[in-house]
Amino acid sequence: MLQIKNLHASINSKEILKGLSLEINEGEVHAIMGPNGSGKSTLAAVLAGREIFEVTQGEVIYYGKNLFEMKPEDRARAGIFLGFQYPIEIPGVSMVNFMRAAVNEQRKYKGLTPLSSSDFLKLMREKKELVEIDSKLTNRSVNEGFSGGEKKKNEIFQMAMLEPKLAILDETDSGLDIDALRIVANGVNKLKRKDNASIVITHYQRLLDYIVPDFVHVLYKGRIVKSAGKELAFELEEKGYDWIKKEIGEE
Amino acid sequence: MNNELIARYKENENFLKDESSDLMNSVREKAFQQFQKLGLPDKNGEDYRYIELEKLFQGNFSSAFKPQKLSVDFSSLFQCNVPDLDSYIVLLVNGWYYYQNIKLDLPDGVLIGSLREMAKKHPDIFEKYYSKAASYYEDGLVALNTAYAQDGLFIYVPQNVVIEKPVQVINILVHDGDFMLQQRNLICCEENSNAKIVICDHTLTPFKFLNNSVTEVFVENNANLSIFNIQDQNNSSVHINAVHAKTKQNGVFTSNTASLHGGTIRNNFIATMEGANAEVNISGIYLMDRKQHIDNFTFVDHAVPDCVSNQLFKGILDDEATGAFNGRILVRKDAQRTNAFQRNNNVLMSDNARMASKPQLEIYADDVKCSHGATSGHINEDALFYLRSRGISEKEARLMIMLAFANEVIAKIDFAPLRERIEELVDKRLRGELSRCTNCVVNCG
Amino acid sequence: MDKEQDIILNEITGNEYKYGFVTDIETESIPKGLSEDVVRLISEKKGEPAFMLEYRLKAYRKWLTLTMPTWAHLKIPEINYQDIIFYSVPKQGAKYQSMDEVDPILKETFNKLGIPLEEQLHLAGVAVDAVMDSVSVKTTFKETLAELGIIFCSMNEAIKEHPNLLQKYLGSVVPYGDNFFAALNAAVFSDGSFVYIPKGVRCPMELSTYFRINAANTGQFERTLIIADEESYVSYLEGCTAPMRDENQLHAAVVEIVVMENAEVKYSTVQNWYPGDKNGKGGIFNFVTKRGICKGDNAKLSWTQVETGSAITWKYPSCILKGNNSAAEFYSVAVTNNYQQADTGTKMIHLGKNTKSRIVSKGISAGKSNNSYRGLVKISKKAENARNYSQCDSLLLGDQCGSHTFPYIDVQNTKAVVEHEATTSKIGEDQIFYCNQRGISTEDAVGLIVNGYVKEVLNKLPMEFAVEAQKLLQISLEGSVG
Repeated sequence: MLQIKNLHASINSKEILKGLSLEINEGEVHAIMGPNGSGKSTLAAVLAGREIFEVTQGEVIYYGKNLFEMKPEDRARAGIFLGFQYPIEIPGVSMVNFMRAAVNEQRKYKGLTPLSSSDFLKLMREKKELVEIDSKLTNRSVNEGFSGGEKKKNEIFQMAMLEPKLAILDETDSGLDIDALRIVANGVNKLKRKDNASIVITHYQRLLDYIVPDFVHVLYKGRIVKSAGKELAFELEEKGYDWIKKEIGEE
Repeated sequence: MNNELIARYKENENFLKDESSDLMNSVREKAFQQFQKLGLPDKNGEDYRYIELEKLFQGNFSSAFKPQKLSVDFSSLFQCNVPDLDSYIVLLVNGWYYYQNIKLDLPDGVLIGSLREMAKKHPDIFEKYYSKAASYYEDGLVALNTAYAQDGLFIYVPQNVVIEKPVQVINILVHDGDFMLQQRNLICCEENSNAKIVICDHTLTPFKFLNNSVTEVFVENNANLSIFNIQDQNNSSVHINAVHAKTKQNGVFTSNTASLHGGTIRNNFIATMEGANAEVNISGIYLMDRKQHIDNFTFVDHAVPDCVSNQLFKGILDDEATGAFNGRILVRKDAQRTNAFQRNNNVLMSDNARMASKPQLEIYADDVKCSHGATSGHINEDALFYLRSRGISEKEARLMIMLAFANEVIAKIDFAPLRERIEELVDKRLRGELSRCTNCVVNCG
Repeated sequence: MDKEQDIILNEITGNEYKYGFVTDIETESIPKGLSEDVVRLISEKKGEPAFMLEYRLKAYRKWLTLTMPTWAHLKIPEINYQDIIFYSVPKQGAKYQSMDEVDPILKETFNKLGIPLEEQLHLAGVAVDAVMDSVSVKTTFKETLAELGIIFCSMNEAIKEHPNLLQKYLGSVVPYGDNFFAALNAAVFSDGSFVYIPKGVRCPMELSTYFRINAANTGQFERTLIIADEESYVSYLEGCTAPMRDENQLHAAVVEIVVMENAEVKYSTVQNWYPGDKNGKGGIFNFVTKRGICKGDNAKLSWTQVETGSAITWKYPSCILKGNNSAAEFYSVAVTNNYQQADTGTKMIHLGKNTKSRIVSKGISAGKSNNSYRGLVKISKKAENARNYSQCDSLLLGDQCGSHTFPYIDVQNTKAVVEHEATTSKIGEDQIFYCNQRGISTEDAVGLIVNGYVKEVLNKLPMEFAVEAQKLLQISLEGSVG
């Protein structure tokens, strides 16, 4: 579904991604790990279409289409979902209006009629249960006054509502206690299907106890320097990233 | 300009005085004397720094120094405003009370009608209130209005009376050429009374209407008055809307203004708290584009201890629109335990738009809680991206953020039909769809 | 509690201004009054080149056409400009090669002021230019600085020795016609300090000027010009005192700062002119124009001021942010007591892209004083992504004083963000009670709370100054509990 070829991206003329390649197929879970500053969040933002990053080289093909020719909202409607590392607070915009607009835009894109209010509220109820999110959160403004854990749960809730083809979870585990982590991971697992895929970006191996990846990639200095099965995550946890540096001949 | 206004007065003095009460005429003469001294306020003073009055008053205006007879289809006007609002409807045309086809079934003792007629019928009330809140000694525009004032809205709510239904006042300006008027309104709420007033300002023809209006408001002990104003006039109109309010002990005065359209809108909100535990809330939302100019001026005077005031003004400026907010809180020497708050937030949508904001605190008492804040900025790009990353189009996402921005002011309107209607109008306005109200037969332009 | 407050409040009004002595040294003065001849005389006495006389005369003629600004929240008594001596020199004050040559009485004066002219100087590493009655009497550390190419001298010297720099920059930030007081200063300024930091040089020590008005009936009109060339850095301090006299004395100074690309200037002031007595008699009228320009990209200018003195203060240290990515700060503590009046603040004019400014103003009013913050933040059309944050807090001590905030915000660019916040409050009784309950006296509690309140600003001052400023605050406010 997604082919990333030799991707270079920079911010303020500083190159962050330096030739990254990766292929993702339906049904796969990819974990991307790497030390701070290696470019993990940049990758997520570039895939979602954040305009502050400039793509200088390479291409990304999503279901046969050039991703860079799609606006952020079109990418979302076509099934790309970014779980933000730091979800944005939008005072005054209610969660209900926000989600209704998002769901109906996606339906419009697929040629479906908008959901009626009652169908929409029913859908919200179902998904809320799925991710164990409190009703009082969905009655508030988007992320406003949410705790760190609530914000992350809210991201998973939105993912459940939008049923993406490709979910990119950017450090969804950071700042979560063990219960919240379990709930978030459960949500992700329940949403897993044969025809969708996810990219789980994380710093720690901890999350991968709950979300079992098919592939683990190590991102370092803007490039994938090592890819393997899930056992790589354990190795990293044990030996740290210095080991990788040695292996690629840096030290 | 001042000379022309003076000459115009002298020319029409007989018409102005004809059928006005003696009290109005004696005040008129004094105000005229004072106007000759003051003239129109100029830009050198701080209060009228951002508005070119001299220029705005230039033009070849006609005036109507007598009530006008017009055939207006009342039911169509009714639709034009707040459809589901169960209200008493009052119509004013070119500043004259239009009583021909109105029958109001009012609670006992409540008076609603023509200022000019009521002044003759109830001299006691006018003796007590007329020209007692808006001083023509300091402000040349008040002096000008008081010199020229003939008619306008009069509302009197006696002691202990609660008007359940809102009074909806429709101000219509209609003429086949440029037109100047000096509307004068008087609203008195006696002790323990309660009223809500919705004022809708409209122009029906695309000419330059210059309305230098003054509204005096009196909220007596324990009374509660709310005024909601929808300003929706054509792009060449000039509306100077001066509201001078006095609030007594435990009284609550609320003013909420939605400025949607207008060439130049100048709102003066002058609120004095004269009794302990009085509360004043003044808020406004303004959405300006093209070459429109909005100028909000507030002066909240804490003259006595233990009062509360809140001001919230938020606005969005697009194209070449310009705006000014000049807000002042004065806490006098003995006004201890005052709580006074003021905030002005602006969003600029275009590089040719311009906003000047001047929130001011002037404090002479020490046991006070006062704060003010002002911001001017643009749409939060992170929020915009977040919405877009969920599949919402950029245009729609901008709109959602704008509406959320405006909603803080609209949410203060405490009855649903009007709030929903204003939400709808603001939504339409932001979509660029509102040049006329739905179902409206008149062409506001 | 209230009674105690009153007692303490009364106590502070008895607090004496400790710098109010008069130094008995001979001065050479010209007759009172201002005219074109006086301007010529000043220029002649100073042996100035022709361009300076020309400049002064233009300024004088402009001044005649201007009127005193009235927009400030101040009650200014009429000033008779014909009753002021516009030039006064300590007689021995010609030139000093070493400290030994300095008049011992003068040295004593500076010692009383706490200016460490000699050994302390070396310890503190401060280079001092002392200006007394408008004339620079001593510049220390000149040679050390000269080795780095830094020029730090009196304005008089600069006019003679660096005429090219002077002609290029004098009046380039504050033109002579800028305002009434700036024009007056340009016409009659007698001396001041001049600083030039060459390209790439970090000035290794704090440069400092002390100003002192001594002679009676004189006005002080000093002028400071600081130029920081590309990639340079300097921190500059200014302090001032005056004797106690019954009549008001006028101080109309001008400070100009030019900051080139990647350079940084920090300018700190501790202003302690004589504020007048407890009945509002006497004191300095402090009408000062201070302005800097961040001329090149990435330039940085920081104003810090602690204002405790003067009967009337009219002062708005400002910054023009012309270079892209340039930044400016204004940190201010203004204290007024008795009948003092202060109308002070800043102007931030954003012209360049990505320019940033920050304003932190802390006003404290006590007694029967009036203390106003007045500031302008202007974002011009081209100042994309400009940012300003302003915070203006006021603290009222007692119910006879006034505290006012007048911010002006003018935005013409959609990509700019401007935020202003202000609060006015008094010291909470619960806060004082809490301290009392822990055994801290009310007076100490107030000191504690006030210090906490102004900490953000004092932290911006160089160490030695911060300690001095803290002491000054305590003296100014001791016991004035709200």
